Amino acid sequence: MNEVARKPISRFVPLAVFAALVVFFVVGLVWNQTHDARFVPSPLINKAAPDYRLPRLDNPTQFVTKTDMLGKPYLLNVFASWCFACGDEHPVLMAYRDKFGIPLVGYDYKDAPQDAKAWLARHGDPYHEVITDQSGDTAINFGVYGAPETYLIDAQGVIRYKHIGPLTPEVIAKDLEPKIHALERAGA
Amino acid sequence: MKRLLAIALLAFALTLSSAAFAIDPLPFQNTAQRERFQHLTRELRCMVCQDESLLASNADFAKQLRRQIFDMMQEGKSDQQIKDWLVARYSTFILYDPPLAPSTLALWFGTPAILLAGGIVVAVLLRRRTRPAAAITEESGEDW
Repeated sequence: MNEVARKPISRFVPLAVFAALVVFFVVGLVWNQTHDARFVPSPLINKAAPDYRLPRLDNPTQFVTKTDMLGKPYLLNVFASWCFACGDEHPVLMAYRDKFGIPLVGYDYKDAPQDAKAWLARHGDPYHEVITDQSGDTAINFGVYGAPETYLIDAQGVIRYKHIGPLTPEVIAKDLEPKIHALERAGA
Repeated sequence: MKRLLAIALLAFALTLSSAAFAIDPLPFQNTAQRERFQHLTRELRCMVCQDESLLASNADFAKQLRRQIFDMMQEGKSDQQIKDWLVARYSTFILYDPPLAPSTLALWFGTPAILLAGGIVVAVLLRRRTRPAAAITEESGEDW
């Protein structure tokens, strides 16, 4: 009693500590809800895309290299017929393929070519061209760890943006389109 | 009954051990190299299957990276070179042992800092409490 009367502030120390803990927990919970720890920012942003040489899906004897693609920006969309989330993303790509203003290149990841062809035939083909990486070895150099993933590569072959997970109209409007427009302005 | 239980336990243990070593048969040159490989891949995160190491995971992604790491070892790359190669592609998120960097300062020093702050608070409170205690011994005795 005596002590409390002398130092009233010390009474509130436990409450303050408890309140601080509550703040920590709430911030932690909210952070976890809004941030997926798997979506790691790629260390390849603003770095040169890795060199690649991959066969085309429609004509496997013809190879596409990074050098072939230099000169204009393009989107590289990693997909696979076995990838569920790619099915979610697919209608968005169909709707936006002509609105991006730059080519949309499909990157068929660890997929049997006939499966990929069947998948595109059934759902529709949003891609201007499709390259295939059956072993997935090139994808490691791109830091791919799950489809779908989308890369924006500029005219000099530098990766300007990467999105992990399905593209949605919100992501396209908020993140991707501003990046594409920035490239167009810089190129003009 | 006891025997049955023993058999059941043994069977369970066997399934566990086979799961733990259901790893692609990589042709290691010797035991030391295999141990080095296991030690290294245990410290690396399987990016697609959260909270599993590259060593333990059965995911396709992990198998492929194990193969790549194995190949790099045969080329004579050091553990650090292999880690740098992975970090360049997958960021430091792939390392289970995070390096000391501006973004990990809170992780490295947060807990000791909080512990230190708590210790200071306790020390101050104790000191305040012990000094007047002598003067109020008689009174406080009645409270209890």
